Amino acid sequence: MDVQLLTFIIVGASFALYIAIAIWARAGSTQEFYVAGGGVHPIANGMATAADWMSAASFISMAGLISFMGYDGAVYLLGWTGGYVLLALCLAPYLRKFGKFTVPDFIGDRYYSQTARTVAVICAIFVCFTYVAGQMRGVGVVFSRFLEVDIVTGVVIGMAIVFFYTVLGGMKGITYTQVAQYCVLIFAYLVPAVFISILATGHVLPQTGFGASLADGSGVYLLDKLDGLSTQLGFNEYTSGTKGTFDVFCITAALMVGTAGLPHVIVRFFTVPKVRDARKSAGWALLFIAILYTTAPSIAAFARVNMIETINGPTVNEQVATGTPHSEAPSWITSWEKTGLISWDDKNQDGKMFYSGDERNEMHVDRDIIVMANPEIANLPAWVIALVAAGGIAAALSTSAGLLLVISTSVSHDLLKRNLMPNISDKKELFYARLAAGVAIVIAGYFGVNPPGFVAQVVAFAFGLAASSFFPVIILGIFMKRMNDKGAISGMLAGIGFTAAYIIYFKFVNPAANVAENWWFGVSPEGIGAIGMLVNFAVALLVFKMTKEAPQEIQQLVEDIRYPKGAGEATAH
Amino acid sequence: MAFRNEDDKKAYWRENLALMAKLLVIWFVVSFGFGILLVDVLNQIQVFGFKLGFWFAQQGAIYVFVALIFIYMYKMNQLDKRYGVDEE
Repeated sequence: MDVQLLTFIIVGASFALYIAIAIWARAGSTQEFYVAGGGVHPIANGMATAADWMSAASFISMAGLISFMGYDGAVYLLGWTGGYVLLALCLAPYLRKFGKFTVPDFIGDRYYSQTARTVAVICAIFVCFTYVAGQMRGVGVVFSRFLEVDIVTGVVIGMAIVFFYTVLGGMKGITYTQVAQYCVLIFAYLVPAVFISILATGHVLPQTGFGASLADGSGVYLLDKLDGLSTQLGFNEYTSGTKGTFDVFCITAALMVGTAGLPHVIVRFFTVPKVRDARKSAGWALLFIAILYTTAPSIAAFARVNMIETINGPTVNEQVATGTPHSEAPSWITSWEKTGLISWDDKNQDGKMFYSGDERNEMHVDRDIIVMANPEIANLPAWVIALVAAGGIAAALSTSAGLLLVISTSVSHDLLKRNLMPNISDKKELFYARLAAGVAIVIAGYFGVNPPGFVAQVVAFAFGLAASSFFPVIILGIFMKRMNDKGAISGMLAGIGFTAAYIIYFKFVNPAANVAENWWFGVSPEGIGAIGMLVNFAVALLVFKMTKEAPQEIQQLVEDIRYPKGAGEATAH
Repeated sequence: MAFRNEDDKKAYWRENLALMAKLLVIWFVVSFGFGILLVDVLNQIQVFGFKLGFWFAQQGAIYVFVALIFIYMYKMNQLDKRYGVDEE
């Protein structure tokens, strides 16, 4: 059977599974449908959280980015896992004890202010929009490949499916669907990695194969070979970076803090039954996430070696290969050429492809295709290729559906119903929710077609915005009893305003100026959220000094959330 | 409040903060310390095929993160028991 047919079968089967589980779970629990964590084993809850969290950026884009960035790719690995430590230690137990469902609710109540709530809602919508834009690109990459259409058509098909999936509704609330999605995506991620690791080094675990010597008889370590190849071809050494240390520091910090401030992640910890479970839930979630995150750098390294050797030809006796004739190119190159994500420009007219980091280079390879193309590059069976497509779609769907729900409820419920039009009817509210989801998908689709960066980079902006808006005010709200409304509001506005302005200037207004020399302190737009967070803290504390401290009853409320006993059920809002 | 007295309550919060601070120091050292600031120094040391700094940045720190959360969970449950504020 050919790859395309197999892909249809496996993707179709996975969809059938999700829908079947959705129907079964719906029948099983009627009333407490939306309190996802109640009665669910912490391990299952951890898997669901992991599926919710790992998006198209983690699944499709990250290993590819690392593959091209080498050491610098660590910003994503550290950033998107380390944030869970902050979340588990500093936020989750207290937010659970507080017992509200959304982040704007916490901020609105803790800071006893409608304005604070509105600012938080706007920040949440802004963050989620940016995040969804990154997902659409990822979905587009998957569909363009397996339907063999160009990326624009791929994004449009993805938009339609995500819209349908979200409007079908409720998917997000069903923990067991996400457990299934986690299983599909982690299986799809590990199978090719294990295969490739065994083929190249004889190690079953990609995590150790990554640091092992090659099985081709040379006894050379994989990473040493990669460093050698990279230098010969005019790239930077794989195991050392090109970004400035301070920039790497800031990007990592922005991603970590952003993880702890993302509205749709925090929400997961409101729905577990007890404070103790909130602590446990974060641990299991990170464990399941870590399985993928420790495999990704290994996939990146193997894929890099395989890709270079396929395009340039195998290295013999440490001589640089001269290229593979395009007429003999393997089928993955020709299929990806159809999507426009790989292109070849025969500069020296020798009919051979050549890939390098200098003027000899004749290839353009889009970073987002590496994970999808990886099994083909390594000549794995067709069903593995199909499996990876199903995994990518599972990752993108579970996350974007969740985000779209956050956007539509924020607009219709938090913003319209609780702020602008309190007398709105339920029917109208639902209409606005759907409208918001539709508008969100169209805007996200636009950015999917004209991405301001690679999937993982676009997503990184969402984290910067979350880091600079929510994290400081939530931390101050828990650990500083006297913090007041005015401090929090001005902190959020200053933080997100500063960060958004910096990103928009360098990415949209004046992209030509987006080079290290023009960056403040050498911090790139991806890392500016870390500085934005400091701005937020500083402004909040300064304004606090000049205004009245929080009233006594609020201070008592904060005192209460610090101790676990008596944590009640999460109350509906 | 389920605490025996105000002093217990204060002590509980102090111990909670102390544990948090300890674990966050480890968190910072393995990721920002070993993986970023000291990466070049640690890269002088090679363990199997890995340069040590590179390994911390792309593998090691993540394992430590997972361990930290489980340690926190375990220690906090103990603390809750000791002060009689655990949720059966």
